[in-house]
Amino acid sequence: MTETAKSRGLIACTTCARVWPLGQDHCGRCGAALIDRDQRGLQAVWAWWLAGLLCYIPANIYPMLRTKTLFSYDESTIVAGAAELADHGSYGVAAIIIIASIVIPVGKFIAIAYLALNLRDRRRLSQHRRHQLYEVVDFIGRWSMVDVFVVAILSSLIQLQDVASINPGPAAMTFALSVILTMLSAQSFDSRMIWDREDQA
Amino acid sequence: MHDAVPTRYSLATLHVLKDNGRCFRAGAMRGNRTPRSSCDDRWGMAGLTHAETQQTDLIACPKCDALYHEVTPDDDDRAICSRCGTTLFAPRQGSMLTVFAYALTVLVLLFAAVWFPFISIDKSGLHNTSSIFDVALSFSSAAMVPLTIAVGGMILFLPALRVMLILYVLAPLLADKPPLPQAALSFRLSEQLRPWAMVEIFILGVAVALVKVHSLAHVTPGPAFWMFVVLALIATMQDRAACSLSIWKALERR
Repeated sequence: MTETAKSRGLIACTTCARVWPLGQDHCGRCGAALIDRDQRGLQAVWAWWLAGLLCYIPANIYPMLRTKTLFSYDESTIVAGAAELADHGSYGVAAIIIIASIVIPVGKFIAIAYLALNLRDRRRLSQHRRHQLYEVVDFIGRWSMVDVFVVAILSSLIQLQDVASINPGPAAMTFALSVILTMLSAQSFDSRMIWDREDQA
Repeated sequence: MHDAVPTRYSLATLHVLKDNGRCFRAGAMRGNRTPRSSCDDRWGMAGLTHAETQQTDLIACPKCDALYHEVTPDDDDRAICSRCGTTLFAPRQGSMLTVFAYALTVLVLLFAAVWFPFISIDKSGLHNTSSIFDVALSFSSAAMVPLTIAVGGMILFLPALRVMLILYVLAPLLADKPPLPQAALSFRLSEQLRPWAMVEIFILGVAVALVKVHSLAHVTPGPAFWMFVVLALIATMQDRAACSLSIWKALERR
């Protein structure tokens, strides 16, 4: 059993690592709020998670890009845009878009839900594995924004009067929101909860 | 009664990772640090009093809560949590000056990049040049304004704010002066903003966009594009060079 701040009746600052007596509400060194994970629990995680999921659905149904050329008008969703890239032989770039916009977000929803549910359930993955999973989710989530930046660049660049123009579709907004909300969800997950159970077992 | 209370020595020890990749356990207490004799009694069930935590050398891993005596690793080593592997303490000789220099470079490049063309495009005699502002403002139709603010923040405003906060925090420390007002708040804010400054992700986005467009028209990256590539690189190096515990301790000392 590892000694933890909690097992010694202390509360640790997650910003600067200093420990304080339980019950103190702000860190005396850096001023960050000292959060007791037993009191806050997972409500914030689930709230952001659900909001992110709700935004992710329209992000895949509505068009991300509206492309207008002399003879055609085209609206493409995230998946359709990637498929089009693959058709042109740009497999690498198509893979980046699919990974950033589908694999990472979906994986993130599953991973956060798994981590949050298995605090009670336990077994299946060791604490080390679950901690690694959390680190990956926390690190990789922001890379999903790449598709939003692609849309921003294309719609500022491709403005050639009637010849060709590209404008953002409604999905750009909901997708960006979904990424931001799931980032907040991962951030409000306190990884110390993964390790708390060891001490009780 | 005190038999049940763990002694100070039973804490897990920090791992100090040598640069050659070998790992050894640093003694939690070094010989020259003798524990106070009354220490064991003070580890009562109620924990420490405020005054006592003021004096302790205890730190807890922010990721898994494991409790340690703070051990200063040698230069080029780092102290990692022996339970979850998080780096807790990696002081480097002169690292504050390095971080300061990187931050200043990032700030200069950010300001410069705004004034130069970012990417230009040519198609059947038509020409269009985008600056970074154009990219940030590309979602400017009424319904998309929040997105413009978010994108502008992630690629311009927040990266700039972050490095300015770091410069503000480090400048007096480097000059051996007391910290400026609200230095702790500034440094905390800059740490919190870290995931929201997305310059390197933006660069990947630019690369993808260039591939998407090159079949459609002739695209030329401008000077601002290359500035952004360099500043994304330097911003990453700056984050790797910074040891936040060292900076917190420096702020606390003065």
